[in-house]
Amino acid sequence: MNNSVFLHTFRFILLVFVQVLLFNNINFSGNINPFVYIIFIALFPVKNNRSIIIILSFLLGLTIDIFSDTGGIHAAACVVIAYIRPVILKFSFGMIYEHQTIKFNTVEFGEKLTYISILTLIHHFVLFYLEIFSVSKIILVLQKTVFSSIFTILLIILMTIIFSKKTK
Amino acid sequence: MQQIINFIIRNKNFLLFLLLFSISFVFTIQTHTYHKSKFFNSANFLTGGIYSSINNFTGYLNLKSQNQILAEENSRLKMLLFNSENKKDSTYLDTITYSGTYKFTLANVIRNTYSGANNVLLLNKGKSNGLKQDLGVISAKGVVGIIDKTSKHYATVISVLNTANKLSAQLKKTNHFGTLSWDAKSPHFVQLIDVPKIAPIKKGDTIITSGRSSIFPKGIPIGIIHDFKLDVAENYYEINVSLFNDMTNIEHVYTIENIDATEINNLLNSDDVNE
Repeated sequence: MNNSVFLHTFRFILLVFVQVLLFNNINFSGNINPFVYIIFIALFPVKNNRSIIIILSFLLGLTIDIFSDTGGIHAAACVVIAYIRPVILKFSFGMIYEHQTIKFNTVEFGEKLTYISILTLIHHFVLFYLEIFSVSKIILVLQKTVFSSIFTILLIILMTIIFSKKTK
Repeated sequence: MQQIINFIIRNKNFLLFLLLFSISFVFTIQTHTYHKSKFFNSANFLTGGIYSSINNFTGYLNLKSQNQILAEENSRLKMLLFNSENKKDSTYLDTITYSGTYKFTLANVIRNTYSGANNVLLLNKGKSNGLKQDLGVISAKGVVGIIDKTSKHYATVISVLNTANKLSAQLKKTNHFGTLSWDAKSPHFVQLIDVPKIAPIKKGDTIITSGRSSIFPKGIPIGIIHDFKLDVAENYYEINVSLFNDMTNIEHVYTIENIDATEINNLLNSDDVNE
């Protein structure tokens, strides 16, 4: 238990630093940045209490917000995906999730891709919608959502492949 | 009572979600209102310190282009200085009493953003260097933004690339003025709106600050007209202005303090009371 608390604290701090100092400054083709820190929410253990992940997501989003002067948009987007995560898990993994025996290292690639893509798209849509905050600019919101999402999904998948523990 | 407690326990996750979402929503709304973001900004000890130590390293990366910009400005200022020297017919005997209306302070940008819709810059000077809210910020080439929050050693700047920013700007050749805003699309273009239809505008005309507020003096360059069209009501122009400043590459900036700002604002406010 202590070991996992330590691991997640370390992961939290590391992801905040990597996001703020590296990924926020990529600005690919002008203004496309990946938001890789949501990997923390995506890979948070399923068995844990749901309240804990909602609170942790809020803190994670707020930390990113303070660093990038964006008010509360990251916090809001993170809380949304943390709250609806069980629904997405159920949709992407089906039976394995029902039995509560899910391990992100061992699931099939296709299922993992669906799960991460849905999570990222929802997060980015809420994020950019709150950032631009205007219904008349919905095209710009969708455009930013799609471009950033592709970037984020690609990086998250790469990271899960590179840092996965080969247990078998 | 029992039922209420049961309801709360049953729906605790949803209520927690609702609470945290509303908190972040309030923070978001505040950033969209000018000068209202009270709680969190990067001008604090922790984030400011981290950004400033990182900037110590990354500052070297664009040293060459920044030197070039500063050298160009130096040569321009030297030219102004030598051309004006001979025209002066009186000098100040006591240099202590001499003070212009505007006070300039040099600062370095330690964090620059331009990818979002509400971009904010972070400067490495703060209250201890005399910076305060509503000072103008310019670079060697033109307008950068307006100071929003200050802490002891750091200050945040609302960039011209911020949808909340509303600057007063005018044409250089006539005095027709309008409001500068940003549509969040490209970091190289800003929009000048509310310029009356009667104004004679052409592609390539220069846009400068109007000096109508106490923030910027008149005549600081902003950019040139890229293209323009009439708005929906066909009474005002919407002008696409291409910025002189490369907002993606800013290092050395100056803050401008109008020493008479308090006096001007008091006068304006007393006018409102009288009316």
